[in-house]
Parts: sequence; C-alpha cells; structure tokens
Amino acid sequence: MMNSKISRKPAPDATRRKNGLTTALTYLLLSFWAVVVLFPFYWMVLTSLKSYGAYNAEHTPVFFTLSPTLENYQNAFTAVSLGGYLLNTLIFAVLTTAAMVVVSTLAAYAFARLRFRGKNLVFGLFLSMMMIPTELVVITNFVTITNMDLRNSFPGLILPSITSVFYIYLLKENFEQVPDELYRAAKVDGTSDLKYLWKVMIPICRPTLVTITILKLIECWNAYVWPRLITDAPAYFLVSNGIQEIRENGFGRENIPAMMATVVVISIPLILLFLAFRKKIMEGVSRGGTKG
Amino acid sequence: MDRNSRKAWLYLLPSLILLGAFLIYPLIDVLIYSVEECYNFASQTYQGIGLYNYAYVLHDPYFLQALQNTFVLVIITVPTSTVLALVISTALSSIRPLRQLFQTIYFLPYVTNTLAVGLVFMVLFQRTEYTDGLVNLMLEWFGAGPIDFINGPHWAKMFVLCFYTVWVVLPFKILVLTSALASVNEDYYKAARVDGTSRARIFFRITLPMIAPMLVYLVITGFIGAFKAYSDAVALFGTDLNAAGMNTIVGYVYDMLYGDSGGYPSYASAAAILLFVIVLTITCVNLLVTRRRVRA
Amino acid sequence: MNIKLQNLTKRFPARGKKAQGEVTAVQDLSFEVPDGMLVGLLGPSGCGKSTTLNMICGLETPTEGKIFFGEEDVTALPPEKRGVGMVFQNYALYPHLTVLQNILFPLENLKGAERPSRKEMRRRALETAHLVQIDELLERRPRELSGGQQQRVAIARALVKTPRVLLLDEPLSNLDARLRLQTREEICKIQKKTGITMLFVTHDQEEAMSISDWIVVLNNGVLMQQGRPQTVYDDPANLFVAKFLGTPPINVFEGEVRGGMLLLDGQAVLPAIGAPDGPVFAGVRPEGFIPAVDGPVACGLNRIEVLGRDTSIVCTHPACEADTLRAIIQAEQAVVPADGTVRFSLRPEKVFLFDRENGARIATGDAPATGD
Repeated sequence: MMNSKISRKPAPDATRRKNGLTTALTYLLLSFWAVVVLFPFYWMVLTSLKSYGAYNAEHTPVFFTLSPTLENYQNAFTAVSLGGYLLNTLIFAVLTTAAMVVVSTLAAYAFARLRFRGKNLVFGLFLSMMMIPTELVVITNFVTITNMDLRNSFPGLILPSITSVFYIYLLKENFEQVPDELYRAAKVDGTSDLKYLWKVMIPICRPTLVTITILKLIECWNAYVWPRLITDAPAYFLVSNGIQEIRENGFGRENIPAMMATVVVISIPLILLFLAFRKKIMEGVSRGGTKG
Repeated sequence: MDRNSRKAWLYLLPSLILLGAFLIYPLIDVLIYSVEECYNFASQTYQGIGLYNYAYVLHDPYFLQALQNTFVLVIITVPTSTVLALVISTALSSIRPLRQLFQTIYFLPYVTNTLAVGLVFMVLFQRTEYTDGLVNLMLEWFGAGPIDFINGPHWAKMFVLCFYTVWVVLPFKILVLTSALASVNEDYYKAARVDGTSRARIFFRITLPMIAPMLVYLVITGFIGAFKAYSDAVALFGTDLNAAGMNTIVGYVYDMLYGDSGGYPSYASAAAILLFVIVLTITCVNLLVTRRRVRA
Repeated sequence: MNIKLQNLTKRFPARGKKAQGEVTAVQDLSFEVPDGMLVGLLGPSGCGKSTTLNMICGLETPTEGKIFFGEEDVTALPPEKRGVGMVFQNYALYPHLTVLQNILFPLENLKGAERPSRKEMRRRALETAHLVQIDELLERRPRELSGGQQQRVAIARALVKTPRVLLLDEPLSNLDARLRLQTREEICKIQKKTGITMLFVTHDQEEAMSISDWIVVLNNGVLMQQGRPQTVYDDPANLFVAKFLGTPPINVFEGEVRGGMLLLDGQAVLPAIGAPDGPVFAGVRPEGFIPAVDGPVACGLNRIEVLGRDTSIVCTHPACEADTLRAIIQAEQAVVPADGTVRFSLRPEKVFLFDRENGARIATGDAPATGD
C-alpha cells in the first residue's frame, strides 16, 4: 500500500534522549526565572539580618550571614514610625474595602435583580466609566479634597478610593447567575429585598465577594499615588509613602539593613495573605485584574 | 416613579454619588482646567481661555524628557515582557511536577508593594562609596566594569527601570497566558500528534493562533500600563525624578500638581489629557492592526 | 490491513490525592480486526474502549501486550509512524484554519522524500474533499459549518494521508438524530469506497449494530464478545452482552432448571436440554413472546402501547427481575384479555440461560452457546 514509504524505526532511543534533554532545559529555564523572582526577596531578608556595621564593611557583597541580628527590626519600629504607617495602612485598607464591598453589593444587586426605568442606560454608563484613567481624574480630586479641607485625614484618603466599577460589574455578573426562582419564592414568602440580598444572594455569591475583598485589600496596601498627593503629615502616611520617606530621610544615615527590615515587615502581610488565598487571588486576577 | 424604581435608585445612590463626585465631575473639570490660562491655585482665578497650557507643556523640556523616557520604556518592556511571558508559560504548561510551585513563585511580585521591592532593586543595582553592589559583582565575573545603575549614565538607569518593570508586570502576563494555554482543547494536540506535527509547528500553527486573542489583550493592556509607569521609577530613583532625568508622563503630571515644583493644575491637566490622547491613539492603532492580522 | 491486539493491558496511576495504586482500564484484551472491515468497539462509558482506541492510535502506550498492523509490530511506534487517521469526538478542527487548510495540515507535516509537492498536496486534498463531498466548503472556517459538515471535514483530514487504518471516536455522538442516520450511511459509503479498515468506538449499541461489519463488546476493560452484529445479538455469550444489545432490552427472569425443563415461577415453560439443574437467569427477547391462550407464561397486563406495525405489551410477572417486562408482538395478534392476564408461550431461539453466579451463558441443546 501507499504506506510503504513511511519509514518506521523501532522505539527510537534518540527521540527519547532528545525529549529528556528538552525537559531538562525546560526545568532549567523555569528554575532560572524562579531564582530571578525570588532573589530580591532573599536579598532583602538576608540584608535585614545583617548588622549595620557588618553590612557596610562588606566591600564585596556576601551571600549569607553567620551572625544574624534582629536589631534592624527593632530599629524599624523605634527610629522611624513604621508601626504608625502599618496601622494607618491597616485602617485605610479595611475601611476602604468594607465601604467598597457595601457600595458595590448594593449597586450590583440593583443592576442584577431590581427592575427600573433607564437600567440599561445607567449600566452602559457604568461600563464606559471603566475606561476613564485615574490619571485624568486625580487632578480635580486633589483640588476637591484640598478645598474640602480633608487633606491629611482618613476621609480624604478613603472617599475617592472606594468605588470600583469593575468590581460592581463582576458582582453583577455573579448575582445574575442566581436563579430567578429563588427570588420569586422569597417574594411569595414576603421576604424584603434587603433580607433576600443578605440571606440568599450574599451567601451564594460569597466566593466572588471574598475574591474582590482580597484584591481590594492588596490594592489598598500598595496604594501610593493618591496617598502621596493627599498626605504630607507623616502621621497619616501609608506604608508606600512611609517607605519613600524612610528612604529619603529615615534613620539619619544610609542604613540599608534597617531599610530592608522595614521592607520585609511591609511585604510580609501581603505574602501571607497571598499564600492563604492563593487560588482565589490568582483566579480573580486572571478574570480581569490588572496591576496599577 | 413607582416604588420599585425608587428602591433601585436608592440601592444605586451611594455608588452614583461617589462616582459622580470623584470620576465624572473630575473628568469634565480636567478639560476645563486644561484650557484655563494662568490659573492661580491660591485665588482660584484665571485670565483667559485657550490652548496656552498645551503649548507650554509641549515646550517644557521636562515634559519632552518624560515623553521620551515613557516611549523608550513602552517600546522595550511591552515586547520583552510579552515574549518572556509566552516562553515561560509555554514551558510551564509542558511540565507536570513542580508546576504549582513555579506558578506560585512567579506570581509573588504581583502581591508585593512596588515601592518597597523597588528599594531592594535599588540596593542590588546601586554603586556607593562603600560597595559596588551585587549586580556589579556579577558583571565583574564576566569582566565588565562597574556601572552605577542608579545615579550613573542614562542608559543604565533606563535598563534598571525596564528590568524592574518587566519583573513587576510578568506575573499577570504569565498567569493570563498559562490559563489561556490550559484552555486549548487537548484534542487539537492529539490530532496534531497523530499527524506527526513537529513541536515547533504545533506551537506556531496551532497554539499561537488559538491564544492570539489573549495575546492581543495582553499587548493592549501592556501598552496602557507601560504608558502610565510612575511608581516603579519613584521606587528606584526617588521622588525627584526630573533631577534624575528619569521622569515619566504620569510623574510629570503629579510633579506639576504637587511637590516642590507643583501648584499648576492647569499644566497638569493639559499633560494628563495629552497622555490620554496618546494612549487612546495607540490602543486604536493596536486594535486596527491586530484585527486585520488575526483575521487574515 | 488487519489489526491484531495481543493480550493488551493498560493500567493508569490512580487519580486524586488519596488514591493509591493503579486503575486497570484495559485487561488482557485480544482481538483481531479483519482487513477492510468496519468494526464497532462497543461498551458502556468507562469500559476502556477509548483507551483501546488511543493505544491502537499510538497516543497511549500499552502497559503490557502487543499491537500488530498486518505482520508488523507497531506497539512502540509513535502515532505518525503507524499510518493511522483519527477522527476525534469533537472533531478537533483547527478553528483558525479554513477547511482546505485543515485538510492540508497533515500533508504539510511530512518531511523529506515523503513530502509531496505543493501541487500534489492540493490535488490530494481536493480529491479527499470530493470523496466526502465537501467540495463547496473548502474556503469556509469550521465554525461556519454544521455538525455533519464538520464531521466530514474531520474524516477528510484523517483520510488525506491515505492511512492504513481509520479510527473514529464516538463519530455520531455530537450530531442530532436526523443527521445521525445520514452520517451513518455516509461513513458506511466512504468505507466501501475506500476499502480501508475502519474502527470506531461507541456506547450506542444501535449505532454499532446498524453500520458495523463486526462488533467487539467490552465491559470494565475486558472483552465480552465479538462477532458479526446479528450473531452477537442472536447468540450472546453472557448476561452482560444480552442486556447491552437490543432495544427494547431483553427481559430477565429468575428461573430454575429442573430435569431438563426451564421453570419460571414454578411453571415449566421450555425444555432446556443439557442444562444442569439449578437456579438460572433466563433472558427473553421482547420478540420472543407469542400470545397463546394456553401459554405457560401468565403475566398481569399493565398497558398496551400501539406502535403501528408492532404492538408492545407491558406487563408484570412474578419471576421477572425488573418491575415490568415488555413483549413485542405483531399488531394483529394483540387481544385485550378480559381478566387482565395475558398468556404467552416462548420462542426457544429467543430465550437464553445464564449462570446465576457469573452471568455466563449456559449451553442448551437447541441453541449453541458459542461459536459463530
């Protein structure tokens, strides 16, 4: 038959060896990038454990330390007000996220479940707002907050950071998947909308709510631009501004190990949050998050 | 208005107020600012209406420097990060053991504070009187001379900025591409294997076209994101970016608004609108090109 | 080209976190597919038929055993060296390529001396497209085609390399009822035209019976029976095969053999020559019932379903394994009894006896239990 042409060699060892080589190269590449990603983390932890004197005595950087010290961490909390920055950020992140969840849930519920005139128009308007870049509106917001005398205050920090059209959209899509019958059944039983939202919708859609909560917390923890514009009193600095302040004026001298200690302290909460909710975060981000 | 409608508007009220005050009003306002000439922030008065603010910004050497820096950053980081992400996620999809571990590691930069980790990069690349820094130590192994990446020549600073930007944006891209690759039906690969398709051909003729929509999405969001670069630069070079010659367009906007050289919301508005126009144009061009390419 | 499977076994490592050990998908399977036949590999889902197909194709390597194409041992060959074509259940047509590009794809993979010229490739692609009658669709994309058309494109893509064997995975499962009939004939026609050995996998016994020259019945990775469809239907090797083939399904009774007679509910109904005494399962095909006023099988009438040509009588019997049994008789024989009891006698060739323990067929004098 026509197949006589197709060459058939028995179990080719060469192919197997080639496959093995490809796999080895793949792992090598992946490990290399893993090192590139992890190395800065290693370096910051390492440096934070070196004493100031030891670090500055190293003309050639050393990849390990034999006399780790926690003195830098102590320094980070005493010499600069890292504790204050952490507390500020925690307050800011929790309040903003809580307000965001409440506001977004209400709006998403209205779009997903309630019937009212002009719904499609308003929703279209909401969607188009996703395209407005922050850079454009930040200028006026800065003027608005300044005129309201809210600079260096939590309301000034929080109010413009609450709404996120994207999260409203995400929640609305999720709410719409809850079958209509549940709503009708609840209505027949005389359940109010608010109670239905609280007792039925929120429990069913909890996974999505958790996801947006975590994503918003991360966003708040890393916020830099708005806090920088709106706070100039260190008492209201968030961690991002705090680290910038420490870098430029902190510790009196170029105390790199102490700086690294603050960086470690700032990074740990988020890394713990990430490791705890790894699946949720990665799933949420791949569904449409972007950085910045 | 009936009872139901009233209730719905009540539910929408908080978000409408917030969006109106902090998103819609500012959008209109920024256009007004940008045409009000000689606006005085203290007395909140202006002298006329016109395009002077735009002309000023376009002639400002700091803006031109920022524009140039931003374009260089975009042109280098967008293709580099996309290709790198494609290579890494393809490699990631071809293995099974340790895949989860690698995925978790690669995602780490996404959940770190840009400012904080930027400081680590600064330390790694910096050259001070005491030490040449770690990166220079490695360069020395290859016989290259010490370079100060943080306070030295412009190209070296640009390199660090690009490197850090790629490091920061890769997690998102790898994640998106890995899930795009995973969503390609296994049967296509089986069919290709039955036909004896080579690895390279499978990648270029099957995999790539299948994930093309996701690649387009990544390139477009990549462009938009890179044009808005700012905090990465601050993390590496400090808040006075003009002095370092490393300012970006967004940085210019904020500097005009606030800080040592601030107090000019009109110039800031004009620059912000210019940025918006640039991003919008590039996005449209991107969409047109890719649509034609993906269809053909 | 005939295909021979010799003691084929496939074990997978068990899935899931806590799972240990291995799962056996195919167990010591041997059968032979004669050259130029259309063979149906039949079994319920999870019976190992897809794994078998993948091993023949080369996508999976058997744990034990050998596969021969003709005289050649192909067990260790990769798929592209075997000369097989495969049509996937969801067709796996590349969505971004046109129909013609899809059909050309396998040819473009060939290298060196095997690679035909561009012109030759095109000629062969057009020829194959003509064979499956998709000449007008060549410039379309897969999503612009109906399910039946996609199916034909997939077959063309598999045939263009002129493979020795064509494998089809559930070829009809993604089509609606009307298209199934049409495509069934289409596949049959293509097979007759090309004379190629075709092996397809299905869980639908009707589909397998209607187009195959030969069927192979699998259950839990073990070969149950093989043969011509009519033979397997008329002479099932065990209870599983008897139950699996035929619509409506066979009626199973818990009976007993005593002194060369089959007893149902204590009533002697048929001679069972040669069968040892003891409890048995008796399978009676729906068409095995003959209404008879003095018949030995007395059933309580449930309802009568008029199907036009035939009449289906649904009734109850104390020895029946299921709640109801179904008899199909000719319409003119149907009579409504006054007392709600219908009586049947049985056609001996439609009654099979099986071992109560292992379901194996028990040979009786009037129907050979084995053989073709």
